[in-house]
Amino acid sequence: MFIVKEIQTAAYLFASILFILSLGGLSSQESAKRGVVYGIIGMIVAIIATVLGQGVAGHIYIIVAIAIASVIGLLLARKVEMTAMPQLVAILHSFVGLAAVLVGFGSYLDPKSHELQGAAHTIHLVEVFVGIFIGAITFTGSIIAWGKLDGKVPSKPWSFKGLQTMNLLLLAACTVLGVLYCKAEGTGGMLYLGIMTLIASFIGVVLVMAIGGGDMPVVVSMLNSYSGWAAAAAGFMLGNDLLIVTGALVGSSGAILSMHMCHAMNRSFFSVIFANGAGSGSGGEKKAMEGEVTALNHEEVAALLKEAKSVVIVPGYGMAVAKAQYPIYDMVQTLRKANKKVRFAIHPVAGRLPGHMNVLLAEANVPYDIVLEMDEINEDMPETDVVMVIGANDVVNPGAQDDPASSIYGMPVIEAWKAEKVIIMKRSMSAGYSGEDNPLFYKPNSEMLYGDAKASVEKIMSFLKA
Amino acid sequence: MKVGIPAEISSNELRVAATPKTVKRLQKQGFEVQIQKGAGTKANFSDKEFEEAGAKIVNSAADIYGNSDIVLKVKEPSVEEVGMMKEGLVLLSYLWPAQNQDLLKTLADKKVNAIAMDAIPRISRAQKMDVLSSMANIAGYRAVIEGSYHFGRFLNGQITAAGKVEPAKVLVIGAGVAGLAAIGAANSLGAIVRAFDTRKEVAEQIESMGAQFLTVEIEEDGATSSGYSKEMSKEFIEAEMKLFLEQAKEVDIVITTAQIPGRPAPKLWLDYHVDAMKPGSVIVDLAASTGGNCAYTKNGEVFTTNNGVTIVGKLSQLPSQASQLYGNNLCHLLDDMGKAEKWKIDMEDAVVSRAMVTHNGKINWPPAPLPVSPTAGGAKKVVPPTAEELKISDAEKSKKATTSMLISLAVVGALLFLVGKFAPAEFIQHFTVFILAVFVGWQLITNVAHSLHTPLMAVTNAISGIIVVGGLLQTTNDIMSPMTILAFIAILVASINIVGGFVVTHRMLKMFKK
Repeated sequence: MFIVKEIQTAAYLFASILFILSLGGLSSQESAKRGVVYGIIGMIVAIIATVLGQGVAGHIYIIVAIAIASVIGLLLARKVEMTAMPQLVAILHSFVGLAAVLVGFGSYLDPKSHELQGAAHTIHLVEVFVGIFIGAITFTGSIIAWGKLDGKVPSKPWSFKGLQTMNLLLLAACTVLGVLYCKAEGTGGMLYLGIMTLIASFIGVVLVMAIGGGDMPVVVSMLNSYSGWAAAAAGFMLGNDLLIVTGALVGSSGAILSMHMCHAMNRSFFSVIFANGAGSGSGGEKKAMEGEVTALNHEEVAALLKEAKSVVIVPGYGMAVAKAQYPIYDMVQTLRKANKKVRFAIHPVAGRLPGHMNVLLAEANVPYDIVLEMDEINEDMPETDVVMVIGANDVVNPGAQDDPASSIYGMPVIEAWKAEKVIIMKRSMSAGYSGEDNPLFYKPNSEMLYGDAKASVEKIMSFLKA
Repeated sequence: MKVGIPAEISSNELRVAATPKTVKRLQKQGFEVQIQKGAGTKANFSDKEFEEAGAKIVNSAADIYGNSDIVLKVKEPSVEEVGMMKEGLVLLSYLWPAQNQDLLKTLADKKVNAIAMDAIPRISRAQKMDVLSSMANIAGYRAVIEGSYHFGRFLNGQITAAGKVEPAKVLVIGAGVAGLAAIGAANSLGAIVRAFDTRKEVAEQIESMGAQFLTVEIEEDGATSSGYSKEMSKEFIEAEMKLFLEQAKEVDIVITTAQIPGRPAPKLWLDYHVDAMKPGSVIVDLAASTGGNCAYTKNGEVFTTNNGVTIVGKLSQLPSQASQLYGNNLCHLLDDMGKAEKWKIDMEDAVVSRAMVTHNGKINWPPAPLPVSPTAGGAKKVVPPTAEELKISDAEKSKKATTSMLISLAVVGALLFLVGKFAPAEFIQHFTVFILAVFVGWQLITNVAHSLHTPLMAVTNAISGIIVVGGLLQTTNDIMSPMTILAFIAILVASINIVGGFVVTHRMLKMFKK
């Protein structure tokens, strides 16, 4: 049973529309679920239309592959903890990269593609080359990102002086290989293609190794973008418009998402990607820390909360690590029952994945109308009695506003220090991912509460209930 | 080192410069503390309490002044008291240096190093030792309590079985620390509170305390770099007086707090204002000691005018509370000066050098000015370029932007031309689709909510699994051919991606709820 090319094209168009609606649907909470449904339908339409199309063979293998993959995918998605979401997304990106590499090699081996002549042939070869190049970078880059997010690879930026030069040299080498490969007859360019793949894989590794854990949200969304471009490149080499459209959609949406996030950190996209950011403040003496760091115990914090009328909670990566979202919401409910105004303030780059905190809070059933964005809550800070900073650091660093020497100077931050009292729950005095000392800890109205976030919140709860 | 606390000799002064709590604190700082017998009586602290806190009780003031290294005092010392002081003594006290030039001279002649607590500069670092603030806070609160006592009616509005009670209207003039404290206290008692200040920057503070900010229709800001307000133009004052007259007919309690350091208080509530007020109304004048803001105010007295308006020119100081806060202010200053161990009079220090009005026999008054007003001083430090510079750089920027836009358009155009010239028709068609899709993707994502970024990422990730189509197209019937093997693996990993991505997104979205 085959369908004619025209019908297949129509089906592809339908799938493209569904994908667009799917991405558009995710712009608000209400329509997001519908968006996912559109995406699923689009994908099913696309796969069926392809499989039923002319010239597709080996259906049995296709069915086996999809069946196995579905089981693995389902298990992965069901099992994953919400706190491990960044890792999952990163590793899934690597799959797309790997698939792009494989499709690229497959296309090169495909005898049909060598029937092309002249410019068309050259263009095809270039498409294959570029597709594999992007695919390989996505593949290894995503694996490193996954390792960093999962703690298997040290999250500190790993870099050396000649890194940029080396990358440029490698890029030049790839170009030379590309020229050689294009000139080769038949599949004789396989060797060049193979070497290029290795080089690209290596570039993917060093590119992500050089980026610190704090910039991971940008990296993940950038890899997301790469995976889209890889798919689009595959579309070009196969002459398939659906792949091109979908790849371009994902590629450009990922790119703008990364740029949004860079904007939220007041960094240029390139300085994040080429790891130029850390320590490149606009110069000048760093401000010395003034004042003393004072700490409270759980009972005193509970007493403060009992007296407060309005409380803002600023969660950060520490909350995700300690899986403290459930006890935090318990505490929030207790406080809200006592007629206190309790809200969450989320910085756009809190956590290791864009929107990370929102997902974790949603997991704990926190209603999203008390979860506010930085800009919404900052103006309320002066009227807030207690701000609880839970496992966040750089996003509440006042140095970003008043210390031009700080590497995060100019990054918009949650103005926790304007509140009557700030309680910072932290494991130790160590610096945040930016490596900047945080003057907030030294302010007279801020108090530290050391310890694991989850254990601390539970202890505070016991005093609140007492 | 020995810290001594004499009894206050003025009968009006109920406070004392130390309380049992601050005595303990002083000892922690490493000082030996001695206190004159009966020093705390008027503030409700007994000698026994002081003794238990570890202070030595001394019989005469002469012993305190002659046998201490540091003396803590509240009211500025009299000539007799200065006479008892030993050379090199450090005195911490209210001194009002601007009004008491003679006193400064006697202190300097005696080689007393005197710190005027009222001259502590009002900068952030010194807030903890700012006695004007801590005492003003008390005064503001007390002003409302006394005002309401003399007013003799409810402050809050009530609807009772016996009839409706209108809420009282309170007008606070001057929104410094005392004014704000008064607003807060009156507001929490349920009154309708209005407040006036010539400094526009305090409007927000006034509203945050729950009062309505009154203003005149003239653009003039009274803020100065010293944090106090300046004197306003004639037009402004006329408009202000007119506003007050309207208010006088309405309000029940007026609390005035306007003071200018080193000068008599400005007259703001004139005779015709008082005459316009309803019988039974109350005026509490917190500036009574410096001449009063109200024309009729008599310092230290409470009296009722012919038209039945009570004017309060005397406030209880809440001596025990005030002593505690004042004592804390003193402790903070001693803390800052190195405690007993590293004691140092550091004339480089921004706080000490300004508050130390006599040092080594020299008068050190008036001090160098120090800007504190948040709009005038602070903000500019953060944003160095002036408005004009910004304008210029903006113009340059837009010029640059135009040039770079033209260049990039030219480059894009040239590239497209090359593509069109050399590429086959089929490629151009795909290319068109590609570029348009890029723009669609760009537009789609621009308005996605931050909170949905993770689901969005998971969904785009699932969608980018569309690369499965590539694998599907490459599969052949021969599973042993390298192409099919590659395709098989590609389908496998891409499908994991599709299924995993969609399922996990669904899981996440299920959790979002209102």
